[in-house]
Amino acid sequence: MKNRLKVLRAERNWTQAQLAAELAVSRQTINAIEREKFDPSLSLAFKLSRLFDLPVHDIFEDDNPNNR
Amino acid sequence: MNETQNSNAKWAAEVKRNISRLHYWVCAWVISIGLLAIGPKLLWNLNTTMTIVVGLANLAIGVGMIMANMQFVKGQDEMQQKIFLEAAALTLGVIVVFGGSYQLWGSAALITFEPQVWHLLCVMGLTFMIAMSAVTRKYR
Repeated sequence: MKNRLKVLRAERNWTQAQLAAELAVSRQTINAIEREKFDPSLSLAFKLSRLFDLPVHDIFEDDNPNNR
Repeated sequence: MNETQNSNAKWAAEVKRNISRLHYWVCAWVISIGLLAIGPKLLWNLNTTMTIVVGLANLAIGVGMIMANMQFVKGQDEMQQKIFLEAAALTLGVIVVFGGSYQLWGSAALITFEPQVWHLLCVMGLTFMIAMSAVTRKYR
């Protein structure tokens, strides 16, 4: 799944460690999500949505063209 | 960002606590296994009561270690849990395949030594370490 996490984080000048601390996950998890190697659960996606004050679909995008 | 910092600091502290708790339980279990292995002959001269007491203590410590391990895994974040799950699945598969045929190698005289349970434990430990490292690298 594609996401804009890295851009959104950079816009706020947050480090991966700061974002990880906010979400109660490890920095490695943030890194894996940003590199699109790990898709977060719905619960973590909603946490991100609340934190960035954006709807989930503005952060994540389904990379399967059949689902668009 | 400050609102959630307290609960997240608690999560980080909980993870650290789980790691040290697991560390203590594993150390205690290894000591109790060692005691059970060498104790009967070298320390208490095959005294059955002592062997039973140490054997029961070993089992109780083993249960404690299992609980500590479960608590450790539950305390991890979702990606760490996924890494653990994939490594555990791989280890389980290797142990079933290897363990199933290992006993037969002995009876078919394919190996010159007698198959022992601790051989399986060693294979399991090594497989899990390699699997954890490989799966962690996959998500890096």
